[in-house]
Amino acid sequence: MIQGTHQTQDWDDGDEMDDHFELRLYIAGASSNSIRAIENLREICEKYIKERYTLRVIDVHQEKSLASQQQLVALPLLVKLRPSPERRLIGDMSDTQKVLKGLGISGE
Amino acid sequence: MSLEPSESRKMPRTLPKSNTGIRGLDEITAGGLPSGRPTLICGEAGSGKTLFSMEFLVHGATQYDEPGVFVAFEEKAEELAINVASLGFDLNQLQRDGLIRIDHVHIERSEIEETGEYNLDGLFIRLAYAIDSIGAKRVVLDTIESLFAGLTNQAVLRAELRRLFEWLKEKQVTTIITGEKGEASLTRQGLEEYVSDCVILLDHRVENKISTRILRIVKYRGSVHGTNEYPFLIDEDGISVLPVTSLQLNHAVSSERLSSGIPALDKMLAGEGFYKASSILVSGTAGTGKTSIAGSFIDKSCKDGVRAIYFAFEESPYQIIRNMRSINIDLQAHIDNGLLMFSASRPTFNGLEMHLLKIMKLIEQFRPNVIVLDPISNLITVGSNSEVKNLLTRLIDFLQSQQITVMFTALALNDNKTEQTDEGVSSLVDVWILVRDIESNGERNRGLYVMKSRGMKHSNQVREFVITDEGLKLVEVFLGPEGVLTGSARETQQLLEKTSEAIRDHALSRKDREIERKRLVLESKIATLKEEFESLQEELNKSYVEDDLKKSIMENNRQELTRKRDDLL
Repeated sequence: MIQGTHQTQDWDDGDEMDDHFELRLYIAGASSNSIRAIENLREICEKYIKERYTLRVIDVHQEKSLASQQQLVALPLLVKLRPSPERRLIGDMSDTQKVLKGLGISGE
Repeated sequence: MSLEPSESRKMPRTLPKSNTGIRGLDEITAGGLPSGRPTLICGEAGSGKTLFSMEFLVHGATQYDEPGVFVAFEEKAEELAINVASLGFDLNQLQRDGLIRIDHVHIERSEIEETGEYNLDGLFIRLAYAIDSIGAKRVVLDTIESLFAGLTNQAVLRAELRRLFEWLKEKQVTTIITGEKGEASLTRQGLEEYVSDCVILLDHRVENKISTRILRIVKYRGSVHGTNEYPFLIDEDGISVLPVTSLQLNHAVSSERLSSGIPALDKMLAGEGFYKASSILVSGTAGTGKTSIAGSFIDKSCKDGVRAIYFAFEESPYQIIRNMRSINIDLQAHIDNGLLMFSASRPTFNGLEMHLLKIMKLIEQFRPNVIVLDPISNLITVGSNSEVKNLLTRLIDFLQSQQITVMFTALALNDNKTEQTDEGVSSLVDVWILVRDIESNGERNRGLYVMKSRGMKHSNQVREFVITDEGLKLVEVFLGPEGVLTGSARETQQLLEKTSEAIRDHALSRKDREIERKRLVLESKIATLKEEFESLQEELNKSYVEDDLKKSIMENNRQELTRKRDDLL
């Protein structure tokens, strides 16, 4: 575990990117929920973690096999991949306090 | 039988149905579950919901050419595969063949934060993807109620479920939704509100420490269905539902006859024995030879080349074979020929339903023409009277439909009070043979009589029944001055009669001789008298002749004189 350079590399990467947010937002087409979720999330990110995040919006309709792979049930779903731990948030992201809590950001 | 719809014929008029392939269920639902509609299967934990749905899916994929999707909310695909492997279902292979698709939906409340409005589009998309990828016609959602544990917004969930079921109907897939039984309602989350087409309840009861599984069709819109509680079983072949009785009494009947193996008994039954496919009850008190009668029937049948199964609930096969040998019946030979099969089990080993199923299964495997159940009275230890009667009714029903002749033996406990058997089956059977102890003069003898025998003339006589080294025999009815005699009383009477006959014979011959003598004396007297008469007659005849002679001489003389006188003139 400690020996391999590869792993050390990974660990370092993680350390470096510790405050960088890697987000995936799964939506189902252009539904009102999807649109609201994108808008709300953008707003929150711009406000609290500006320039510290990468957001990928994925339309599940375009890649249906993802639904099973990613254990999707309720949509829209936001997955925070980094920083760890991984967190999952569902809904249109209208409850800002809950989104911040879910992302592990103190809403100062 | 007639309930099973021929799909091509009924399709245009009635609700189309999808066969479940589950034994017995298609019969009571008249063809299976409603095609293209959702069916709710509810029941407590461990009542067999998952297995039921899995069988529906696997049978659909393998037998009816309808691939299926299994959405598992509770178990992982690998776990499911292992669970149903014992039934001989190879889920992994079926998945590779594209006949079945298992999608494990994992949802954990603690991992999810709800941040506003959402819907279940994710589930819809993956379901649609799964259905389209294999062209599924059947879907199972097991157990969709898990969603309620994973997500908190009830209003959204309910609306989404309603939408899901509508969507499934549009997709034209036959769906099973399972639901855990709730306190007051059929399911905890009231799923029955959404699924209004067909609801099946599975139950699991334990009575007298023996469990019985029960299935009931609570509702089936647009179709006739059996409404009873149907016992069902889960064993190595999966689920089998046992209809209590087929709904009609319309078995074909046979007028072929089967010998009972005891010629004199056949004679009592209009000379030919039992009807084929009839049911025969042999009842009697302990030690009256019921098993021997059964053994002799089996022996005769096997000798005639008929296949038979002997269900023993009291003795082991070896014990029966040994005991039968003592009355010159060799059952082992029939086993070696492959004509006879023994199935021995303790009644308490299984519940009644399990017994019935075991019997039915063996019958289907072995295809016998004759079976013996020895004794049915022992079954009472595992069920109440009415249950045993119910079981036997169904068994007789089944056997008649299969044209199998059955002989039951039953122990009658108190022969003096009532002749009704404990199981109350005497009204069900076609032939009832009663073996009784007849106790008199310090010995017990067996008396056999035919209580009833449907559709044939039968003897009303009580016959003495003896078990000899050569087999079973019925002794000719022996009527003494005081009625029917049995045992040594019969023998004594027979001896007595023999003696008196000899004496009578002797007396008769003496009288005959005297008569002969008298006859001789008389005959000699008659001869003497005859002689006397003849001499008298001769005497009388002599005078007649003399008279005639005299007369003619005199006539001659007169003529001579006349002529002489003429001459002289």
